[in-house]
Amino acid sequence: MGVPLIQTKNLKKFFNTPYGLLHAVDDINISINKGQTLGVVGESGCGKSTLGQLMLRLLEPTSGEILFEGDNILNYSPAQMNEMRRKMQIIFQDPFASLNPRMTVSEIIAEPLKVFNVYKKKNDMLARVFELMETVGLAERFVNTYPHELDGGRRQRIGVARALALDPKFIVCDEPVSALDVSIQAQILNLLMDLQDSQGFTYMFITHDLSVVKHISSNIAVMYLGQCVEFSDTDGLFDSPLHPYTCGLLESIPIPSLKHRKELHVMEGEVVSPIDPKPGCRFAPRCPDAKAQCTECSVPLKEVSPGHFVSCIKYL
Amino acid sequence: MSDNLLKIKDLHVMYRTDDANIYAVNGVDLSLQKGKTLGLVGETGAGKTTLALSVMRLLPDNVGFVTGGSITFDEFEVMKLSEQDMRLLRGKDISMIFQDPMTSLNPIKTVGSQIDEVLELHHPEQSATERARQVDRMMEMVGIPANRKGEYPHQFSGGMKQRIVIAIALACNPKLLLADEPTTALDVTIQAQVLTMMNRLKSQLGTSMILITHDLGIVAQICDEVAIMYAGEIVEKGTVEDIFEGTVHHPYTVGLFGAIPNLKEKTRRLHPIEGLMPDPATLPQGCYFADRCEHCTVRCRSESPQMLRVGETHRVKCHLFCNQSGV
Amino acid sequence: MTATETVSASGLQAQERFKKYKKKSQFRTIWNRLKKNRLAMLGLIIFSVILIIVLGADLAFDYEADAIAQHLSQRFKHPSWQHLLGTDQYGRDLLARVIYGGRISLFVGIATICVSLTMGIVIGASAAYYGGWVDNVLMRFTDMFLAIPHTLMALTLVAALGNSMLNLILAMGLSNTPRMSRLVRSAVLGITEQDYVKAARSCGAKDSRIIFRHILPNAIGPILVQATQTVARSVLTISALSFIGLGISEPTPEWGAMLSEAKSQMRYHANLAVAPGVAIITSVLSLTLLGDGLRDALDPRLKN
Repeated sequence: MGVPLIQTKNLKKFFNTPYGLLHAVDDINISINKGQTLGVVGESGCGKSTLGQLMLRLLEPTSGEILFEGDNILNYSPAQMNEMRRKMQIIFQDPFASLNPRMTVSEIIAEPLKVFNVYKKKNDMLARVFELMETVGLAERFVNTYPHELDGGRRQRIGVARALALDPKFIVCDEPVSALDVSIQAQILNLLMDLQDSQGFTYMFITHDLSVVKHISSNIAVMYLGQCVEFSDTDGLFDSPLHPYTCGLLESIPIPSLKHRKELHVMEGEVVSPIDPKPGCRFAPRCPDAKAQCTECSVPLKEVSPGHFVSCIKYL
Repeated sequence: MSDNLLKIKDLHVMYRTDDANIYAVNGVDLSLQKGKTLGLVGETGAGKTTLALSVMRLLPDNVGFVTGGSITFDEFEVMKLSEQDMRLLRGKDISMIFQDPMTSLNPIKTVGSQIDEVLELHHPEQSATERARQVDRMMEMVGIPANRKGEYPHQFSGGMKQRIVIAIALACNPKLLLADEPTTALDVTIQAQVLTMMNRLKSQLGTSMILITHDLGIVAQICDEVAIMYAGEIVEKGTVEDIFEGTVHHPYTVGLFGAIPNLKEKTRRLHPIEGLMPDPATLPQGCYFADRCEHCTVRCRSESPQMLRVGETHRVKCHLFCNQSGV
Repeated sequence: MTATETVSASGLQAQERFKKYKKKSQFRTIWNRLKKNRLAMLGLIIFSVILIIVLGADLAFDYEADAIAQHLSQRFKHPSWQHLLGTDQYGRDLLARVIYGGRISLFVGIATICVSLTMGIVIGASAAYYGGWVDNVLMRFTDMFLAIPHTLMALTLVAALGNSMLNLILAMGLSNTPRMSRLVRSAVLGITEQDYVKAARSCGAKDSRIIFRHILPNAIGPILVQATQTVARSVLTISALSFIGLGISEPTPEWGAMLSEAKSQMRYHANLAVAPGVAIITSVLSLTLLGDGLRDALDPRLKN
């Protein structure tokens, strides 16, 4: 019922490496409605961070389409793309590496405003900086401090403020709380959710932590080795996970409760780099339910129940 | 209790830097029995790593100092040992593994030779063939085929590197293993593999373990006892049942549980703990958690709480429970 | 229009609020860190003293009369109140010659840095930022020049271009450029991968803004350190060139040239060699100590 704000069609990104062609993002078709959050979950090597950067064209896709409000942004000229940047922003994982150590808090937050020359008068720009700082919960007194003088939680708030400066519509959050302590994680997550409620942002929330994504997402896409193996609304995914990888992932997470103290489900094998992958299901080598046909041909995403897609031979 | 493998009494550790003195550990009392696993829980800056390094006497020279208290390991007074004797203990009776498997291994030595190194140091009486057999045994135990012992660290993945690190740590069958966030840098499915393996090895070899982590889920899965650390102090300790199923808790513990996103239950908003841990260079008077505590009273700001008994094995350091026990 | 008015009204307040909070100067932090390094401070003090003496030379001496003009009746005088270090084989005051010689050495040294720094930054930053074939072409050229020993290259260039001050500066600037380019390139490469550069790009910043506002200010640390080392090395190279007669020519005083002349006189008039020698050692040493101290003080590991 919602209107898709951003969609991808057959999005692919391959890298040339000395060992072969690395299929970082392989044929992703997702769609995010306005005001909603898509959680993108996966472990290392699944391509989720690459996907996040592709959405903003910080990396150029190898093929496919990215439709923002119906238009394919890959066809935009550099000037048009620059205008697009105002509508799409990103929050990075490492709250230290994502802030220029030689710039003060106000300079960092004002950077997008300066680039687009939003305010002619310095006063107005400073007023906006203060407004943003207040929105993200940064005390006024930090306006002229440097990032290294602040802790991880405050630094990440600076990152959020910077992403909000141009009033974007779509924000990619690339593991924004992974590097933070649990109590600070909760603060930042609440902040992001409150902002979405009040200002209607659309998020792509990338993380490896299934418990975090459960709180903030309306829909979840599970990625493995560059492909999306399962896509569903949040409740649907947790109530009835379908793909063997999703099930394994959920069962590997240690629950902080003695009631659920049991042998952790151990998924055999390792995640390998998706270089020149063989045909067929990429999860087959590790799958407890693998059959012979799994390695012969790939299974596309199929809608098994309303809104719940899975790419597995079991549901063909 | 002669059953105690490790007994830490009123430990104080300080770091001396150019700008200020940092009070990392402030009066910690802890004990660990043979064969048990203690989960040491806390956030960044709580002092958990400092505590572990002090047990091994691996604090950085000229910067980290133990300014009070004692550490007794298996009848040895760790602080009173000479550096030579301490070196004999390290790797043989007490081992430590760290968070980042990438930097824990020497990139220019084969993995087999790195396991062999620790055997050679502590068992000079063994011949090279005996040691080689032990190396093979250790590798099989951690789930890596022994024929890979001639390979170099960069040829292994993160999870396998961490297994090798564990193999090195357990090669001489130490009595105590200190594990500092051993799975934080690993993917969750690999974490499950490594934790299960550690559990199995622990029961096989009878090793006691102190597992430092911020993940209460891991604590629930593999620990017997728990100690929660905040601003250099233990604010709550007890068995894993006391902490997860007990009714009374330190306000910080309540806050920690409230802040974790819960996989099993449906909650919309998280309940973070407002504020930040106090600066270890300028610790306030009274209770260190006072600023962030919703039960804070005048007494909390002026008087430091005692460790109070709220159950047979359960202790909490908070004024709230004064009535429930004698001091 | 009311929106802009409200913004302007609060805007005026904003600047006042802004002024309330002082920016902790980065220079102050660096200076504090440098102060704690005693050797570096020693280097700084010595070099400052040298600079002051060299710049203030005209207050005590007259260039023509003391350093250039020959007074054959005053040859080989011992140190006295009139001539604090004695006189040389042409009766010229040795101290005056050493001090004026310092002017030349330091001037050429600093000019050399300007040349190699500018060229090094252009080449190194372009190679690192644009990568690909630009990087390849620029770096292969650099490698070619790096393969030639630095002094030899300076020597060859001077011999080819002719013996003048300008040519000397050009030659030394060019021979130092490959090293500087490599350094700038690796500094910039390390920074280009950082998230904050990606963040700047996602904010729509153009390449030029990214390079000058984000990358170079963070790369300045190792570049600055290399700059002090280059001055030190230049002093030595000029002396070496002048020693073999290719640098500064007579009668202009220059430390290396003075050493060269003193070769034949050393046995009986050691002061003629010792004076310029000590001058070289002191300047190079003080610069090196300062450079080392700067490297530690500028270390961008500000993670606390």
